[in-house]
Amino acid sequence: MNVIKIIFKNSIRMITLLIAVAIASFILVTSSPIDPVQSYVREGVAVSAEQREEIANYWGLYNSPIERFENWGKNILNGDMGTSLIYRKPVSEVIGEKFQSSIILMSISWIISGILGFVLGVIMGVFESSKIDKFIRNICFIISSTPSFWIGMMFLIIFSVKLGWFPIGFSVPIGVSSDNITFSQKLYHAILPAITLSFSSFSNIALHTRAKITEIMKSNYILFAKARGESLFNIIKRHVLRNALIPAVTLQFASISEIFGGSILAEQVFSYPGLGQTAVDAGLRGDIPLLLGIALISSIFVFLGNIIANILYAVLDPKIREGAKYSE
Amino acid sequence: MNRRKKTIFLICVSIIVIFSVFIGGLIIPETALKADFSIKNSSPSLNHIFGTDYMGRDMFLRTIKGMSTSIIIGMVSSFISVVIAVVLGTVAGTFSKYVDGFVCWLIDFVMGIPHIILLILISFALGRGFKGIFIGIAVTHWTSLARIIRGEVIQIKNEQYIKISKKMGKSKFYIMKNHILPFIIPQTIIGGILLFPHAILHEASVTFLGFGLSPETPAIGIILSESMKYITTGYWWLAFFPGLVLIIVVVLFDILGENIKLLINPYTSQE
Repeated sequence: MNVIKIIFKNSIRMITLLIAVAIASFILVTSSPIDPVQSYVREGVAVSAEQREEIANYWGLYNSPIERFENWGKNILNGDMGTSLIYRKPVSEVIGEKFQSSIILMSISWIISGILGFVLGVIMGVFESSKIDKFIRNICFIISSTPSFWIGMMFLIIFSVKLGWFPIGFSVPIGVSSDNITFSQKLYHAILPAITLSFSSFSNIALHTRAKITEIMKSNYILFAKARGESLFNIIKRHVLRNALIPAVTLQFASISEIFGGSILAEQVFSYPGLGQTAVDAGLRGDIPLLLGIALISSIFVFLGNIIANILYAVLDPKIREGAKYSE
Repeated sequence: MNRRKKTIFLICVSIIVIFSVFIGGLIIPETALKADFSIKNSSPSLNHIFGTDYMGRDMFLRTIKGMSTSIIIGMVSSFISVVIAVVLGTVAGTFSKYVDGFVCWLIDFVMGIPHIILLILISFALGRGFKGIFIGIAVTHWTSLARIIRGEVIQIKNEQYIKISKKMGKSKFYIMKNHILPFIIPQTIIGGILLFPHAILHEASVTFLGFGLSPETPAIGIILSESMKYITTGYWWLAFFPGLVLIIVVVLFDILGENIKLLINPYTSQE
């Protein structure tokens, strides 16, 4: 009952937020002084007045903003996000295609950063203020102040240019037709960008986990467990991990937004043709429908992450799960 | 050396280094950055400790100048962010449930779009360039600080002296001004300093993607995206040193914020 209520409340919140995101991004994009016609035909190319007129009419640029929003909104509700100006394909098709290569990247790095961050956080928290703790903590601090694209560039210089272990860029080998590409080749091309991407979030997860674990380690139940003579391994297994699980899950799902943002930079560095690079292209070349589509999709992604976190919270935490029965 | 001395020492060192980078960037004349093709792409040496780029410009001078631009942008835009955060945070904590709900919704809304995408959208809306990046960073970084301040205000609101003040018939605005705002000043100062690294990193990232400052301005993001073109040629110093300076400045700001936090907090300042 309680869980259903939480799901319902969150869904309503997500819908209002999504509508707001749609309106806000539409206002932002259409108020741009960048001339869409000019950026469509590329900078510097002369367009005659009639041609300009024709294109603008075709896109409905002369309609009022409210009319345009109405049109766009109606189409979105019907699942039609318009046609991308760069790719000359429906936006949903472009996004779907790019999403497939991005999702490999993001899920690999999501898993890496989650596990690495949690394990490091537990090590730091359990051995608080020891040498190991200080060492890992300093490294995490430095990594969290490092721009992820710079880490990517260093990886490229070291592993691709100097050592030649990994390809310089792209998600597939060059000169191989798309039917012959194996999954392992895709994976091979995704390794370096994925590691770069996980660098953008694992240090934050580790530092937050550490804060939680030190709190747990100071609690009375840990003191009592120690007094009972439980071994350190048992204490970690029975008490620390269980209590750290809920904040860890929240952190994991909250990091989706960061991973999404980081993927734009990582893809740019490795010229990995995913959603992030498409967003940059769309922004630089004034592809308004595509940019709007990506903004919407990315915020749906983030909100879904938040909702899953909230629901898992309710499912995992017995205090919330059973709370309704006893407290009210 | 005890903790307090160490704290003050770290604060002084950070301020001196950041300040010298900042001033150094301002006083480097444009003429020092003119192209000299006879020494293009030379690797780091005693004359040019960071090496030179494809036009023979000294990378050390370019980096310092770029860093100084970044520091200005970071400082002004994080100041604006702090103002927004303080206003919304205190308003949310002080006034009715609905105001609070609205501010929380607003925070969720800004956080709902991935940061970089939001920055791209704002930069696109303002026609790219300096204005876009500046406003973009200023209006997107207040959320976490606003949340902290809101929490703080809600906690203070239940203190006895606020309740007494209310019973004595003081208005909500009076209480906010005289009893709540003074309490959140320390949090605000620290929050503002700790906002700064984020602002600078995002500025560099967005400029790196090509949405920020124009290619002529010396900025870390521009330098790094330029060096991307030469990455396969093995000119590693073009990317390595500017990034390193950026990291050092960001880490110093973090150290500054954390140590001022220790100093302001009466429980830790005398340790």
